[in-house]
This record gives sequence, structure tokens and C-alpha cells, in this order.
Amino acid sequence: MATVWQFITRRRGGEGWHWTDVATWVWLIGGLLIMFGPAVWLTLSSFKSPAALSKFPPTILPYVTQEVRVEGFDKPLPLYEVTLPDGTMARLAEKRRVGIIAQMIDPKSPETVHKININDRKPVDMVEFATSNYTEPFLQFDFLRYLWNSVFVTVMATIITLVINSMAAFALSKYKFRGQNLILIIIVGTLMVPLGVIMVPLYSVVSALGLFNNLWGVILPTVATPTGVFLLRQYMLTIPDELIDAARMDKASEWQIYWRIVLPLAAPALAVLAIFSVVWRWNDFLWPLIVLSRSSLYTLQVGLNVYAGQLNVQWQYILAMTVVTMIPVILVFVFLQKFIARGIATTGLK
Amino acid sequence: MADNRRGIRSIAGSLVLAVVGRVMRIIDIPLRGLQKVAGQTGMASFFLLPNMAVFTVFILIPFVINFVYSMTGGTQIFLDQRRFVGLQQYSEIFSCSDYLDPNSCLQDGFWTAVGNTASFVVIQVTLMILVSLITAVILNREIIGRGFWRAVFFFPVLLSPVVTGLIWRWILERQGLLNFILYELFGAEQFNWLTERTTAFAATIGVSIWAHMGFYTLILLAGLQAIPRDLYEAAQMDGTSRSRIFWRITLPLLMPNLVVVLVLALIRAVQVFDEVFVLTHGGPGTSTMYLIQYIYEMGFASELKNPGLAAAASILMGAVLVVLTLMQMAASRRNEKKRES
Amino acid sequence: MGRITLEKITKSFGAVKVLQSIDLDIRDGEFVVFVGPSGCGKSTLLRQIAGLDKPTSGDICIDGKLVTDVPAADRGLAMVFQSYALYPHMSVKQNLAFGLENARMPKIEIERRIAEAARMLEIGDYLDRRPGQLSGGQRQRVAIGRAIVRNPTAFLLDEPLSNLDAELRISMRAELSALHKRLQTTMIYVTHDQIEAMTLANRIVVLRKGRIEQVGTPLELYNTPANRFVAGFIGAPSMNFLSGSIVAAGGEGTTVTVLGEETLTLPRKADDDMTEQAITVGVRPQHIRLAGPDEPGIGAKVDLVEGLGSETVVHARVSTGERLLAVLAGQHALASGEEIRLTFDAKDLHLFDKDGSRLSGT
Ligand SMILES: Nc1ncnc2c1ncn2[C@@H]1O[C@H](COP(=O)(O)OP(=O)(O)OP(=O)(O)O)[C@@H](O)[C@H]1O
Ligand SMILES: [Mg+2]
Repeated sequence: MATVWQFITRRRGGEGWHWTDVATWVWLIGGLLIMFGPAVWLTLSSFKSPAALSKFPPTILPYVTQEVRVEGFDKPLPLYEVTLPDGTMARLAEKRRVGIIAQMIDPKSPETVHKININDRKPVDMVEFATSNYTEPFLQFDFLRYLWNSVFVTVMATIITLVINSMAAFALSKYKFRGQNLILIIIVGTLMVPLGVIMVPLYSVVSALGLFNNLWGVILPTVATPTGVFLLRQYMLTIPDELIDAARMDKASEWQIYWRIVLPLAAPALAVLAIFSVVWRWNDFLWPLIVLSRSSLYTLQVGLNVYAGQLNVQWQYILAMTVVTMIPVILVFVFLQKFIARGIATTGLK
Repeated sequence: MADNRRGIRSIAGSLVLAVVGRVMRIIDIPLRGLQKVAGQTGMASFFLLPNMAVFTVFILIPFVINFVYSMTGGTQIFLDQRRFVGLQQYSEIFSCSDYLDPNSCLQDGFWTAVGNTASFVVIQVTLMILVSLITAVILNREIIGRGFWRAVFFFPVLLSPVVTGLIWRWILERQGLLNFILYELFGAEQFNWLTERTTAFAATIGVSIWAHMGFYTLILLAGLQAIPRDLYEAAQMDGTSRSRIFWRITLPLLMPNLVVVLVLALIRAVQVFDEVFVLTHGGPGTSTMYLIQYIYEMGFASELKNPGLAAAASILMGAVLVVLTLMQMAASRRNEKKRES
Repeated sequence: MGRITLEKITKSFGAVKVLQSIDLDIRDGEFVVFVGPSGCGKSTLLRQIAGLDKPTSGDICIDGKLVTDVPAADRGLAMVFQSYALYPHMSVKQNLAFGLENARMPKIEIERRIAEAARMLEIGDYLDRRPGQLSGGQRQRVAIGRAIVRNPTAFLLDEPLSNLDAELRISMRAELSALHKRLQTTMIYVTHDQIEAMTLANRIVVLRKGRIEQVGTPLELYNTPANRFVAGFIGAPSMNFLSGSIVAAGGEGTTVTVLGEETLTLPRKADDDMTEQAITVGVRPQHIRLAGPDEPGIGAKVDLVEGLGSETVVHARVSTGERLLAVLAGQHALASGEEIRLTFDAKDLHLFDKDGSRLSGT
């Protein structure tokens, strides 16, 4: 044990522990708990039955009260660990409860009824994952629809973003024409016009185009991202112009130069933009909330918010659906975390 | 097995490529004709067109008509049905009997939101910078599994605001995890964190820091890693104490990044909405109602809806953002200059 | 056929005039080299011919057809770039095929041409590799191959060898020369290396600041440079320039004194009578030798001696302080600081007026 402790605390260069080392590890472990803890707690909770959810203090794992079938009763009865008046313990099923007195029977001999104070008994719990929390919303509610709407919006918006942003970036990086600088200035300028500033007039524009209550009304305003154009342009500037000249000598049309030469060579930047776009669009909330008022059009985020905002919140479903909503982002996180982190550090995007 | 899978993947890949290639070739036919007419440079306009069209319709035009919009009244959404009222919306916003008391203003909702946002921004940004700076400095040390720890703090950044809001609502609920922990540790009573003014306000700040600190940490970490190691080594050779190294070397050299992070955090904090809206819906009362939510409710949701007023409010907020963005550009330009010299 | 005619080509970028009224007639099958110092407009001129850029004014004809407004793709030319400009995401084979596919050539024909080019350039072994997996010399061959498969009316090559190391450059130079003999296609080759120009060209075009200084065969340029610039540019090491004046012009030749120390009579006679005029006398380092004891010559003080075995390079300073470089055949025991006397044959002298133009007739 001592050697283990020595091993753990041994430091490079044989120095002792400085107080900053202790602080570092306290901060890191605390960070681990605070950053991951809530999501883990949410996920564990999402498997609990409504009864377990409303219990305080809560348990970590999803427990349900065990039930038994007793002859002569239609429904299964809940099982309790009971301290009998004579001090012995027994497992009895509850037949009826009146006030603080429960009428309990032994499942093997249901004839004798014991009257037990409810303070003298404890439910027999067992771990059970309430998977119905996950299946019900898909069957009963519109979550499958919401999921589909979210996927549709994310995929469409990302594809269109990649196509039109890359075309514009190509024009702005590989051609020289009048007004080029003006366009660049406008694009950089609008980097500072967030949705929050223009949502009122944007809403009227979208309505005027008949895109209110239409998924395209969610998609289109997001696709001409100045950020994307800017990112791709900066990358395309690093593609040598001689390659374009070579392709022109090779009888390639400008369109071919775009998709056979420039697009493949800009793949790393496109990948970064694609990932960001997926995360952005999947997570979008305010704009879909404004544009979509018909429930069959809700995206997952809007749907979740609406269900969570109801007076009688059905937490068991909300929690499960939150987990479902979290899954794609967690996948992105697990597989692409390094890539995204590098993207943020180098571009300052988010 | 692995070979097999790669085989399937490459078949699928080449199938997609073949289809895309075919589509592109078909598109190419009319475009070659267009190129004959427009010429090489003329094609630039073609490439710009889709993006610029969408950009114009959905960003530029709204941006411009926002000013007009803010000078109209009524509840209709289409501009042509709206009544021109000049600067009335602005004068309403600014008509207060006592300029120190938001409640005395005609549009007290706006000023309450401004006040809330201002306190939120000041506290949240200060704490955010502090927390991310500490985390970045720690992640920059030679710790075991640095990549893992970086990922830990980065995790919430990708979560959707709705998910973030719900996660924390669930924890701050009456029978939630926080009350459970306090009960276990101190035997504390169950408490409704989100229905009490001060705790709800604190919760919005805490949750938004939780959600975004990873982002700022990454930027600061990049800045820290750009500081040459030999500077530290030289200082260590001189026997400089750790705290002195931090205050005299690390912090001054990190200053440019800190300024950028500060302005970025300010810009984002002014626009706080999503996760906080899901968390508290602006409540209790209007104690966590921030500017964007005010604009949203004024523009679309509330019974008292007044889109003109919302537009005017959004322009005022935009003005603040423009000032902040210009500060950011100035800061990053200064950084670049410094790096060049 | 590959005859290319340039008429009064000018090109400006904004206010900067990069090409100023270029007239040139390139015959079919000719190997023409554009040479000149960096920034003189060689690449720009080549790009105008290729069609990658449009001249500000002037006309370009290929085989008598006006192509000034024809885009690059339709001029039937092929170009080899300094950086090779191979498509990094395509295999060598795809690089070669790209231009042919764009021309909608049948697959079989494409295969045939690639196979032929691969055999000719010995690149058959790495047709499936990406350019990034090739050495500099291999990339160079692929770049040339990409031009060859197109079967162009003319090849345009912009400093194709400048990214190679010295040894490889020499062997590629020989290969290019052989290739030209074999294909008999017009080639326009840009370089700033005058040795490349001398060894490869049928004709050399010397450019300077956007103007043509002289056009001629390599030996014409070497033997009768039209001005001081060409004289200094062609030949290595550079020609020496010394001040002199014309003593008499008449009869059989022109008599000049060099530095007022040595008087010689050239076998050629200047057209204009320039007696008593100050001129510049040019002499190539290789044409200088040590003067014999009673021979006339010019005095010089040795600064530095480089004995290379077969020849001795002497850096010296003449009485006026002008520097002089002499390449003496064989080995000579000279020490720096030593006073020597140097001389040369009258026929090897080049006479330039004060504007730097060759005295006509000489
Ligand atoms: N697109 C352009 N815009 C402005 N100036 C240009 C452009 N292209 C070339 N120039 C200028 O034109 C001049 C000639 O350039 P060019 O590339 O033709 O030189 P070069 O003779 O090929 O030189 P090098 O041997 O270095 O390749 C240079 O001064 C260059 O700065
Ligand atoms: Mg050049």
C-alpha cells in the first residue's frame, strides 16, 4: 500500500508535492464530476419509473418495488419486507391500505391477513430499467416525427451550406473581379449580425415567402453562413493557383475545376465546416421555436422544450428523450473531439 | 473481417462518388454553355450567386428592413400593413420618469431585461474568464492524460442548449440531485432553486458557465501553448518562484488572448437565451428574463406583442454588439501585429 | 503545325506595365527560350500565349488564326509549370487522363496515349501513385507526360527544371532536348538560367523589363550581343566592360584604345564615324590572356586567384579601379597583390556606345 502511494505521488525530478499539484488534481477531479456528473445522472434517471423519479431521497440505480401474483387477485401485489409484532421478519404482499395500516398477506397462504403499521415495513426493491420511457414517446407521442424533422433539417442544411458556401468561397478565392472586396467586407461585417438582432424582420421575410411552419423556413436562413464562406475561403487561398491554371490548360470547365480540383483539395476545411454545421443545426433552438408552431413540424429541441414546459411534466419521458437528443452529439464528441478542439483553437469558431 | 468491411465501405464510397460524378457531369453541360457566354471570370458570379441570394434574402434584407420595422407600429407582421410611427418606439423605450428606476419607465419590461442582462453579463463573464483561465493553466501543466482532461471540460460545449437546460432543471428540481447531495451532507431541507429569485439567477449564470467554459478554455489553452517553453526554463534557471512566473511571464504573454476571450464572452453573454430559457423560462416572475427573450416575447409570443418595439430593442442590442465586435477586431488585429513584429 | 505570332503584346497590372509591345514570330517546330532576369515578364508573356491571361493590347495568332480571345482550353497548347502543378489528389494515371477525359476522348485512346507517354518517359512503374509519393525528378516527368499525352500544337514550359538539383537538371535538360528532336513540336521554354537557354534553344529571346532585348540563335547572341545587357547576360562568367575610346575609324577597321593603355584595331568597321568618342569595350573573361614581356597590354593588380586546375580564374583591378575577371587557360602561379599585364585579341572585343548599344557594323 505504501509503495503504491509512493508510486502515485512520485514526481519527475524527485521533487515533493507542491500545493499547486494538489490544487490541480482537486480541480480536475471536481471538474470531472461536475462536467460529466449531470449527464450521467440524467441518463441513470431516464431509466426510472415515475414512482422512483418522485422519490426523495433518490436512488442512483432505477429501483422498482417487486410484485407477486397471489391467487384470487387479478393484479400483482407489491411485496414488502415486514417486521411482525413479535419481532420476526417476513415477506408479505400488500392487499389493501387504510391510513397508516396496511392489510398484508403471505403470498403462500393468502388466507391470513396481517394488519401492519406502514412504518414497520420496507418495499422489496429490485433494479429494473424502465425501457418503456424510451419506447413510449416514440409510439405514443410525436418523437419519431421530431427526430425525423431534426435529421432532415440537419442533413439538408449541412449539405446546402457545404455546397453554396464552397461555391462562394471558390469565387472569392480564385477569381479576381470588381466588387470582390466589397462582398468580402459585407460578409465579414455580417459575422456580427447574430440571429437575435434580426429575428423580427427575418420572421416577416420568411412568412412573406410562405415558409412559416415549414422546415425550409428553418433551413434556409442558416445556410449562407458568413463563417463558413470565410473559413473555406481562407483554406482555398492556400491551394496554389497554378493547379487551377493547369486544369484550364487541361480543358477543364470552371465547374469542373470547382468539383474535380478545388473541392477535393478543400476536403479538410469542408470536414470541419460539416461537423460544425451538424452540431449547430442539430442544436438550433430559438429560430425553429419561432418558425415552427405546428407540433408535427417540431424539431427535437423544440419538441423537448414544449413537453418540458407543460404544467404536468412527464419527467420520465422528457429525460429519456433528452438522452436520445444527446446521443448524436455524444457520438460526435467521442469520435471527433480532438478534431473539433483543434478547429476551435485555430479558427475561434463555435 | 476488417478487410471485408473496408471492401464494402470502399464499394459504397465509389458508388456515391460515381453518382455524384454523374450528376456533376450533367450539371457541367449547361454550365459549359454558360461559360462560353459569360467567360471565365463571368463564372465567378455564377459561383457566388446561390450563396449571395440566400445571404441577401435572409440576412442582408432583414438587417436593412429592421431599421424600417422599428419605426412602425401595430401587430401585423408584414411591413406593408404596418403603420409608420417614426421614432415613437424608441421614444417609448426611453421615456422614464426616473432614469435610475426601470419600473418607472413606460417599457419597464425592456429595462428590466436590460438590467438583468447587465448583471448577468458582468458576473458571468468575470467568473467565466476566471474559471477558464484556471482550467487552461491547469491543462497546460504536465499532467497525466492531458487529452482526456481537456475533453472532460470540453464535453458540455457540444450539448444542445435544450439538453443543457433540461439536465440542469432535473438536477435543480425539488427532488433533484442537488437537494439530495445537500441532504446527505448536511441534512438540508429540500429547496426550490429555480423558483427563488436569487438562486434562479445564480443558476442561469452557473449553467451558462458550465455549458461554455470549455470553449474559452480551449482558446486560452492554445494561447498558453504558444508561449515558448524556453521562457519558463530560463525563469526556472533564475530560481523564479512559481507565482512570480505566473504573474510576470504567463499572464502578460497571455494578455492578447485574454482580451479576445473577454470580448467574445461579452458578445455571447449579451445574447444569452437558449439554455437559460429552457431552465427558467425567464422566471420566477421576470427575474431571469434577458434581452433576447424579451425581444422574442415582444416579437412573437406575448399577448402584448409589439414587433416594432422588438425591432427597436434588437437594434439597440445590435449597436452594443457592433461596438463589442469592433473591439474584438481591434484586439485581434493588435495581436496579429504583435505576432508579426 | 505550331506557328505562334505575337503582335505588339502589352500587359499591364493596374498602372504597372509588365509587357511593353512584344513582337515575335515563332516558327513551327522551333525550340524558343525566353530568358531574362527575375521579374522581367517571362512568365507573364508565356501566360498570355497560353491564354491564362489576356493581354491589355496586341494580338496572338496560332497557325495564322487569331486566338487573342480564345480561352486557354481551346488553344490546343499544353503547359508545364514550375511547381509541376500536378493534381495532388489524383494518381499519376488520373493526372495524365484528366485533360483527355475533358476533351471527351474515347477510353481506349486515352489508355493508348498514357501507355505511350509512360514508355517514353519511363514513368510506367508508378502510374498508380500519387504525386506526393514521387521524387522531384519523377514529378517532373509526370508533368511533362501530362503535356505530351495531349498531343499539343506547342509546349509551353515555365522554368520546368528550376526545382531540381543540379545533377538532375543536367540530365533532364538532355532528355528534353531529345524529346524535342523526336516530337518536332514547337516548344517555348522559360528560364533565367542562361546555360539552359544556350544548350536547349534554337532561338533565344532575351527579355528585360518587359521588352525584348534581342532575338537570335545562341551563338549569335554570344558572338554579337546587341547591347551591354545581352552581352553581360549571355556567357559565364559575365563579360568584362572597360572604358575606352575610338582613335580612328576608317580603312579596314576600327582602332580603339582600352583604358588608354592598349591600342588595338578591330577587323570590323563601325558604320558611323565616332572618332574621339568614349565607348565601352567588352571582353569575355575567357578571351583574356597574360601579355608576353614585350607585348602591349593593360596593367592590373591581382585581388584573388582561384586555381581550378584546368583553368585559373583571376580577379583583378585595372588602373581606373574597374574590376576585371580573367579566365586563363592552364595553371599560373600568381599571388594576390601582384602586378600583371593582360591582353586580348582585337577580334574578341565588343564595342558599345554610351547608351549600351552595340556599335553598328562592329
Ligand atoms: N497578377 C499580377 N498582378 C500584379 N503584378 C504582377 C502579376 N503577375 C506578375 N506581376 C508582376 O509582373 C512582373 C513580371 O512577372 P513575371 O512572373 O512574368 O516574372 P518572371 O520573368 O517570370 O520572373 P521569374 O523568373 O522570377 O519567374 C513582376 O514584377 C511581377 O511582380
Ligand atoms: Mg516566372
